Amino acid sequence: MTARSITYAAAIHEAIQTAMTLDERVICYGLGVPDPKGVFGTTLGLQEQFGAERVFDMPTSENAMTGVAVGAALAGLRPVVTHQRVDFFLLAMDQLVNSAAKWRYIFRGEMAVPLTIRLVIGRGWGQGPTHSQSLQAWFAHVPGLKVVMPSLAADAKGLLLASIADNNPVVFLEHRWLHNQAGAVPEGDYRVPLGKAAVLREGADVTLVGMSFMTMEALRAAEHLAGRGVTCDVVDLRTIAPLDWDTVLGSVSKTGRLLALDTSWITGSVAGEIVARAATECWEALKCAPQRLGLPDFPVPAGYSLTRGFYPTACDVVRKVEQMLGRELGAEALAIPADEHHDVPGEWFKGPF
Amino acid sequence: MTSDVAPQTAIDLLRRMERIRLLEEAIAERYPEEKMRCPTHLSTGQETVPSAIGVALRRDDQVFSTHRSHAHYVGKGGDLGALVAELYGKAGGCCGGRGGSMHLSDRSVGFVASTAIVANSIPLAVGAALANRLLGNGRVGCALFGDAAVEEGVFSESVNFAALRALPVLFVCENNQYSVFTHLRDRQPAGRRIHEMVAAMGVRTVVGDGNDALAVLAAVEDAAAHARNRKGPVFLEFATYRWREHCGPFYDNDLGYRTAGEFEAWRARDPVARLEGELVSRGDLDAAGLRSLQESVRAEVAAAFDVAEASPFPPAADAYRELFVAQDGMPSQGSHTE
Repeated sequence: MTARSITYAAAIHEAIQTAMTLDERVICYGLGVPDPKGVFGTTLGLQEQFGAERVFDMPTSENAMTGVAVGAALAGLRPVVTHQRVDFFLLAMDQLVNSAAKWRYIFRGEMAVPLTIRLVIGRGWGQGPTHSQSLQAWFAHVPGLKVVMPSLAADAKGLLLASIADNNPVVFLEHRWLHNQAGAVPEGDYRVPLGKAAVLREGADVTLVGMSFMTMEALRAAEHLAGRGVTCDVVDLRTIAPLDWDTVLGSVSKTGRLLALDTSWITGSVAGEIVARAATECWEALKCAPQRLGLPDFPVPAGYSLTRGFYPTACDVVRKVEQMLGRELGAEALAIPADEHHDVPGEWFKGPF
Repeated sequence: MTSDVAPQTAIDLLRRMERIRLLEEAIAERYPEEKMRCPTHLSTGQETVPSAIGVALRRDDQVFSTHRSHAHYVGKGGDLGALVAELYGKAGGCCGGRGGSMHLSDRSVGFVASTAIVANSIPLAVGAALANRLLGNGRVGCALFGDAAVEEGVFSESVNFAALRALPVLFVCENNQYSVFTHLRDRQPAGRRIHEMVAAMGVRTVVGDGNDALAVLAAVEDAAAHARNRKGPVFLEFATYRWREHCGPFYDNDLGYRTAGEFEAWRARDPVARLEGELVSRGDLDAAGLRSLQESVRAEVAAAFDVAEASPFPPAADAYRELFVAQDGMPSQGSHTE
């Protein structure tokens, strides 16, 4: 199957388009889905292609519209619901946690809830305390939910198609800073199985575990470290729940050193869970205390100066590895220069949204 | 209009109401045995609306319900043995013991499920209606709930979306005036009429006496036809009264949150006794026929408890199954994976 270079956002668009072509039970709705901007381009043209019965905007009613999706899924459809920020979706926690996650279990496996909920996470450009939260740990905490966080464009497509095909409720978290990142993406009905991590880079000294945008920071750090004679396994989780423990713990057992990276607050984080599992199951293999990096336990401020240093970067990853190995590895070379903006991933991202 | 109800239909309605009454009273009587080890919200006094729903809707119309779900399940025709076994936590329960009193399901009769959080299942019925529209199956979704549910945001959100898309769904409110111990006057402004509030949202509304079973049946039949004929959702509000305590088998008029006089006034308008009298005076049943109907329902209820007693407990290992569906559900087209 041919692969060409397209962006992460285009890959998501292609996944929805492919699913809707393959299965007429797939419907797609959310605030702004058919609007001129089409949720960062991910839903552009879908209403024209598939009609207003299957692709539509919705009232500003996150909770009910999540319940509507559960009810529609129970009655035979496969809804894909989109929210432009995870923070708005907090209004829908009753339907996610009490309905979607519980249904199959309570009713003895006799009813399925094939539902995909796309949520956008992000950072930068003053998104601030209620437009930038990364709540994968909340979702992963609830039995009955699958949680997906793609990092690469190909995985964005493959994992979204697999999520829509899955007969269980899936929370699909897209990072705004990845939407414009291009990569080789296979054409057609390309699926990446849920629950399988990817080893993006192999090494002997340290295991870096990342998710979403933190995988990008891990890859930059690993590239730098390789130049200093330190090689890393970079494990991209891809699916947070169910988590691919075989791959994560297998890598930690090999390298003996773990640094888990998280896009969210450190307390109660997925990274914390990974450190706990490594400590309890790989104790004999560990050469130093397992470590983690995430956000400080404060709401994220909006202001430009206040966010400098708030988010861990490749530089912080290398600093942590320096501590773990007890030697200097030139972390400062990766520091964001004082005259460069820290709140954008590149020239393409200028806000306001 | 109500005199148009055919004898067979009227008897069907009464039979469902008797089932609910006798089952709930049997549960109340046997609850102190401590074999039903879960909260139970009984519907004694509220038999009319669920029974009318069961008679008026098609078997494959989808009903969603609440924490006070026994009557809704029985009214739609749900299996009695599977209900009682669920209260007992037995393997033969409709959820195999996982749900308890507040999570009932019998899809063979279109009782999709009840859920325990106030107003939680209302959007599910709307979602079912959305699917019905798209799939063209002619089914109607139906949400049953109480007066407190209309205070939840998700109720207004659901009505709004159903009205926007003219979806085939019924919103059925059993207004028994109380949310646990709290009366409507402490929850909604004086002079509020719930059906008027909902009418302002652009849906057809109906209000009625929840103790007048034949009138409730006619109203539900009319509403179902309206929704099925693509004319949009209907909101129905019926005045009713919960005789027993909010949760549990006892009467609680001694607590002082409602007066004995209020309770006695509602009990004097007993909807089951009223319909019994009407069917006898209509000539649909004579006294012997009524006794025979009651006896056969009594036997059904007794048999349901026998089923529950005889059913085994599920093994503890059953708690750790069926979290996820293993198989995908979307066709593939030469799909390939990495």
